[in-house]
Amino acid sequence: MNPIKTFHKGGVHPEENKFSADQPIQDFPMPKQIIVPLGQCLGAPAECIVNKGDRVLTGQLIGTAKGFISANVHSPATGTVAKVDVVMDHTGYYKPAVFIDREENDEWVEGVINTDELLTDIKLDAKQIIDKVKECGIVGMGGATFPTHVKMMIPEGKKAEYVIINAAECEPYLTCDYRLLLEKTQEFLIGVKIVMKGVGADKGIIGIECNKMKAIELLDKTIQEHPDLYKGIEVQPLKTKYPQGGEKQIIKAITDREVPSGKLPIETGCVVVNVASTYAIYEAVQKNKPLIERIVTVTGKSVKHPSNFRVRFGTPADLLIEAVGGLPEGITDVINGGPMMGKSVSVTNFPCIKGTSGILLMTIKEAQDRRQTNCIRCGRCAHACPMGLQPFLLHKVAKQNNFEETEKNHIMDCIECGSCEFTCPANIPLLDYIRYGKAKTGAIIRARSQK
Amino acid sequence: MANYTISGSPHVHSTENTRKIMYRVILALVPALLVAIYYFGWYALRLTIVTVITCMLTEWLIQKFLIKGPLTINDGSAALTGLLLAFNVPANLPIWMAIVGSVVAIGIGKMAFGGLGKNPFNPALVGRVFMLVSFPTAMTTWPQAAPIFKAGFFTDAVTGPTPLGLLKESGASSLDHMQFVDMVLGNRGGAFGEVCAIALLIGAIYLIARKVIDLWTPLSILLTVFVFTGICYLVNPEMYIAPWYHLVYGGLILGAFFMATDMVTSPMTVRGKILFGFGIGLITVVIRLWGAYPEGVSFAILIMNAFTPLINKAFKPQVFGVVKPSKK
Amino acid sequence: MSNILLISLIVLGVLGAVLAVVLYIVAQKFKVEENPLIDEVEVCLPGANCGGCGFAGCRALAEACVKQAAEKGNIDGLACPGTDMGKVAAVLGLTAAAFEPKIAVVRCNGSCQNSPAKVHYEGADICAFANTLYAGEGGCSKGCLGLGDCVKKCNFDALHIDKETGLPVVDPDKCVGCGVCAKTCPRGIIEVRPRGKKDRRVYVCCSNTDKGALVVKNCSVGCIGCQKCLKTCPFEAIEMRGNLAYIDPAKCKACGKCVEVCPRGSIHAVNFPPRKPKEEQPAEAPKVEKVEQEIPVTV
Repeated sequence: MNPIKTFHKGGVHPEENKFSADQPIQDFPMPKQIIVPLGQCLGAPAECIVNKGDRVLTGQLIGTAKGFISANVHSPATGTVAKVDVVMDHTGYYKPAVFIDREENDEWVEGVINTDELLTDIKLDAKQIIDKVKECGIVGMGGATFPTHVKMMIPEGKKAEYVIINAAECEPYLTCDYRLLLEKTQEFLIGVKIVMKGVGADKGIIGIECNKMKAIELLDKTIQEHPDLYKGIEVQPLKTKYPQGGEKQIIKAITDREVPSGKLPIETGCVVVNVASTYAIYEAVQKNKPLIERIVTVTGKSVKHPSNFRVRFGTPADLLIEAVGGLPEGITDVINGGPMMGKSVSVTNFPCIKGTSGILLMTIKEAQDRRQTNCIRCGRCAHACPMGLQPFLLHKVAKQNNFEETEKNHIMDCIECGSCEFTCPANIPLLDYIRYGKAKTGAIIRARSQK
Repeated sequence: MANYTISGSPHVHSTENTRKIMYRVILALVPALLVAIYYFGWYALRLTIVTVITCMLTEWLIQKFLIKGPLTINDGSAALTGLLLAFNVPANLPIWMAIVGSVVAIGIGKMAFGGLGKNPFNPALVGRVFMLVSFPTAMTTWPQAAPIFKAGFFTDAVTGPTPLGLLKESGASSLDHMQFVDMVLGNRGGAFGEVCAIALLIGAIYLIARKVIDLWTPLSILLTVFVFTGICYLVNPEMYIAPWYHLVYGGLILGAFFMATDMVTSPMTVRGKILFGFGIGLITVVIRLWGAYPEGVSFAILIMNAFTPLINKAFKPQVFGVVKPSKK
Repeated sequence: MSNILLISLIVLGVLGAVLAVVLYIVAQKFKVEENPLIDEVEVCLPGANCGGCGFAGCRALAEACVKQAAEKGNIDGLACPGTDMGKVAAVLGLTAAAFEPKIAVVRCNGSCQNSPAKVHYEGADICAFANTLYAGEGGCSKGCLGLGDCVKKCNFDALHIDKETGLPVVDPDKCVGCGVCAKTCPRGIIEVRPRGKKDRRVYVCCSNTDKGALVVKNCSVGCIGCQKCLKTCPFEAIEMRGNLAYIDPAKCKACGKCVEVCPRGSIHAVNFPPRKPKEEQPAEAPKVEKVEQEIPVTV
């Protein structure tokens, strides 16, 4: 095992609470009707290409990417399009979605290999791999849902030296990546190889936090058993510390390179891909399977049976909640994603999408008292900030709408990890104000650059 | 229908809050208080109760009737100010003076600026310095420590000079009869909270272990005082006393660990804290050796409090991914 | 003793005199020649520096007026939203377009009663931020979030959040119609409209362009886009914007017919005299009365 590495600036230690770590992945049965939102990725929503009454097959393209940063959407089931309407999704807004009345049996579109057989030969070349990733609508499945093919296209003049697989899973509660690593180890490792081939990198490093020792050992063992097959792939244990899985933090921890302010990770010669996305890339390239399902952790302190489910997109979240023993009493926060960066939702029946890494149910006790008091200038936020910012200052100037100062103090470098707000003893909603300031400052910067 | 909460991430928070921090500091001061009661008896206890109650009452009255804002009286910060104020005055101070000092500490030192977190100066020290310049005699008439089992709980204490007062008046040789051990244990004259270095250090260790304070500021203060007075001692041992005496005489330990580390009025970054501590150490020694007052910790901290905003501006944390322009 | 007093007096006196002379010379030398008209024009303006005119402040507008008057001989296009520019024009010896006083109108009536809260918001009191998190406590994605960005921005203290309804209320006496609130609102709910003749105006009190079924789900008084008002209007003043009716203030004659036909009570008529209940339309009368009760009547 390699020596443990970490990033050094800032960071916090939230309670891990990985209740579902030992729960094997269960296939979640599909409901009668599934609701597939067309906007499942960062950037523009896909454009619907099916009409009411059309029969669609599992894996069939139903929405095409619109614009550069956008991803295709495929039908997760076989059935008839009941309507194309709006549904309240995890964002709390009504968004366009395709409603599909499902048939009993899955009928896959042509060309998909629907077997469990491990395919180790990578037949496609680099360009074909990226095209396939694009075609299959793969996005960053850690939650940000940035289209993966955009990430894999290396700009001219740059070279990708490392492929870093982000298996840190530093978000408390979530275990979906960990389970995938344990259960689909070989497939995942082939996925790493495919990404390496796709971006032309010789080294693939899997960064895992030390609280997932079992996965580290298993990966190490598998790589040692097949040294030729997995040449260039290494496992790098990382210290359990939030936000170890931040893109910039994991690059810093593993390669000791800092992504320059305002630049993309490729500046450091690294391409960072999430575990679930890597597995999806394997499925896409080797089996021709588009991205239509993912692992979702449904958890919470008062949840009866915290579980990991393999869920087809479009399955309403309330069905998953029912499956773990129903909504416990006193739940005040329902969160799509992890507790640090997830989004609280207004309704429990929002459809699961590509970015739904977890559904977290929290009571007021867990979410903790948020009564605000005055800032006592303790500086803990600045100490916890992994980007070296001064959240207390950004909060102050954003509140005053002083967007010159926010820009000067690097507000655009904020990765919105929430470490500052987590650590604040005065319970000030620091990140709320910083996000507001960031949005306003970003708009000003864009307006200026257009001139 | 269930009423869910919508809030921005993060949805979990550390269990730390302002109240806990304040109560931890108060807890850390308890050993010193017990020692003070042991040496100064009823007077120390009476004074502490008076200042704590007056401070809390003042804050409550101002919040209730002047600011008409939320009442934060149970966050412990007013009680802490009262406690620290009591620690910094002679045990036999007349009660009415203590009340005036407490009102000034909270009213002028804290609430006039808008309450907790907005005061530029440490409120307890504002109160103390106000009393020092208003009632110089009472504030410099120090009772001598006398263990209560010998002297009795309610007996009036005998007054006498503090070690630093002796030093100022009669030079280094006048301190020869004093034992270092007595100094450390608190068997000497002085403000009743500052006498026992051991009790204060126990509290300080607790605070550091609990991560309420960090070591940078106190370490920087103590080191500066030690080095500076050490140089003087080496130059002229006849005139100046050894540096280790300087560390335990007077209110240096109390000031360095409990007052200079007050979050509101001290810098945020490590480099800032070191500079802040250096400034306090330097001013303290200058006042002690050449100033009009025998003790200078309070003034030093107040003066450096004024520099805190500047230090915060000058020493910002280094931003990730921003390369400092190299000096050419 | 008297010597010291004398010396001090002399020294200070001389010093004062010398400095006064220096100040006078400097003031004369560096005097900025400014058109005195600018001052006169500025007096006519409110002096609140709200920025509603598009300039940095009242003085900037005054300067622009004087400049344009000198160059082009008119002050067209320059207007303080809250002032009769006729006064300014008179100072400059010109005539200005007729002044039409304006007022901000909050086009949402999704109060706590009409659009009951389904979720509960906790966080920074900024509409612009809450807007990125969710549709709103009542579930309407176009409705007022009630956190008061507009209130904070108003320079005239003319906006306040009504604690009972949770909505901002415009104080018609204070509002000058500068439009800062309209620019601030992240959902574009506030519109600046002409006050209308006799201060009477009719507007659609809803901003939701969604389909009717969605609106009904979340709000009892939202416009569902049924187009009844459009068909009723004798002046063709109503147009549809998505699924939302919009009354063009330029064409509206404030007849109030649309108010009667609206099945949702989304159209508000302000400052109309209380309607006598008509015997032939007993069903509609209470609805209209209810609307009128909600509106503060100003003199």
